[in-house]
Amino acid sequence: MNAKRAGKKKADTSRPAPPFDPLTRDGQRRVVITGAGTINALGHDVASTLEAFREGRCGITQLEFRDVDRLSIQIGAQIHDWQPQNYFNRQQILLYDKFTQFTLLAAKQAVAQAGLNFQGKLGLRAGVVLGTAGGGLNTWDDNYRAVYEEGKNRVHPFVVPKLMNNAAASHVSMEFGLRGPSFTVATACASSNHAMGLAFQMIRSGGAQVMLTGGSEAMLCFGGVKAWEGLRVMSKDACRPFSANRNGMVQGEGAGVFVFEDYESARSRGADILAEVVGFAMSSDAQDIVMPSAQGAERAISGALQDAGLNADQIGYINAHGTGTAANDKTECAAVAHAFGHHADRLMISSTKSMHGHLIGGTGAVELLACIMALRDGVIAPTIGYQEADPECALDVVPNEAREAQVDAVLSNAFAFGGLNAVIALQRV
Amino acid sequence: MTDTIKSRIKEIIAEQAMLEPDQVDDDATPEDLGIDSLGLVDSIFALEEEFDITIPFNANEPDKSDFDISNMGTIIAAVQRLVAEKVA
Repeated sequence: MNAKRAGKKKADTSRPAPPFDPLTRDGQRRVVITGAGTINALGHDVASTLEAFREGRCGITQLEFRDVDRLSIQIGAQIHDWQPQNYFNRQQILLYDKFTQFTLLAAKQAVAQAGLNFQGKLGLRAGVVLGTAGGGLNTWDDNYRAVYEEGKNRVHPFVVPKLMNNAAASHVSMEFGLRGPSFTVATACASSNHAMGLAFQMIRSGGAQVMLTGGSEAMLCFGGVKAWEGLRVMSKDACRPFSANRNGMVQGEGAGVFVFEDYESARSRGADILAEVVGFAMSSDAQDIVMPSAQGAERAISGALQDAGLNADQIGYINAHGTGTAANDKTECAAVAHAFGHHADRLMISSTKSMHGHLIGGTGAVELLACIMALRDGVIAPTIGYQEADPECALDVVPNEAREAQVDAVLSNAFAFGGLNAVIALQRV
Repeated sequence: MTDTIKSRIKEIIAEQAMLEPDQVDDDATPEDLGIDSLGLVDSIFALEEEFDITIPFNANEPDKSDFDISNMGTIIAAVQRLVAEKVA
């Protein structure tokens, strides 16, 4: 299988320009992105988020929620002005945890952009696969507080349907009438890359025509941040990926949701195509529950290239996992250097977590926006907060200022705690 | 006292059903009011919180519960009984 793929690689990468525009790659269906939506600390939609990427704006601020004074980590990329009543009625707010609210908002934006209606037969061939690590963590937190701290003996009847990790995916399926395959992936920081990769594979193999995919996270509450504090990997002042003086990750919150669609379907209805999803690979370190492995990451990177039929030198930009921890950033740079050889010094790699924070299970989804911006707008989002060169991260990390550059193919990396790696490849259409 | 309880119950159910309290008739069933199964457990929770009582209701066996939800009249009577028992 691999030999067969490799043998076809050349022909595939020199895909002829239109009018000859094949509907398949290697005999499999092509998958394109026709809609995008987000809410995160940088903005409540895609346009404002991309504007922040271009400006290199930081969304990390002082956290504001109950008992924050008892935390030793008090910064995060929090959505401060979130007013659910502007989007949902009273009953919906009672039933939707914040991670579901964020997801539904992003999904509505994505579906509106794609211009799809799932009422008829399309709904039977459409589904939703989303990533989240903590699910309804605010709901757990509020209700544990009620029964443990406040001594209450009764909780609201919607606690379980609010907190379950699949609540967001289920509500998206109900909102739009998606009656095909739907589920939730929980692989910590790689959740949404795994989700989007699976959505890609389902359409490519003909298992679905349209998939809503991405992920969300809403972990910025007392219990959520307190748990992370325990691990001693959080920064108290800033997220500075790849910088020699980096001192840890900073959490964010929000959602990113995309419409992945069969190319033939998108083309036949004249949809605006944002990018093509061309490859995906997963690997497992099988080593350590928190320490990353360069070999595991490299296998996912090389696997995504091979799956896409791309040569290493065709990749112009990588959206890094780039958490800003000592361990991740040097391991990721070693993996990229090894996977790309000499081309590692020519490609650009940036971590947008420096701006929107680490959205944990939703992070890959928001980061895919930077990949689409690179392909569509020719703007590479920067790694902000970069102050000192680190010889162990000696790549072009696009420090502090966005850059104009034309790139034709990009990767998005995600490497989760537990050693689970997921890398996606996108290409300009 | 009982009239106050009755009007407060109607206010709570009306809010759940998105109606005015005077639109909630004594013989109206939860179904008549457009209250579905989640709406029903939400209403029961709200009544428990309001009156500080525990309502013996199991959604698996609504007919066997010692809390008759047939219509507004039976719900009001059952809540009034539970409030009276608590006071006693």
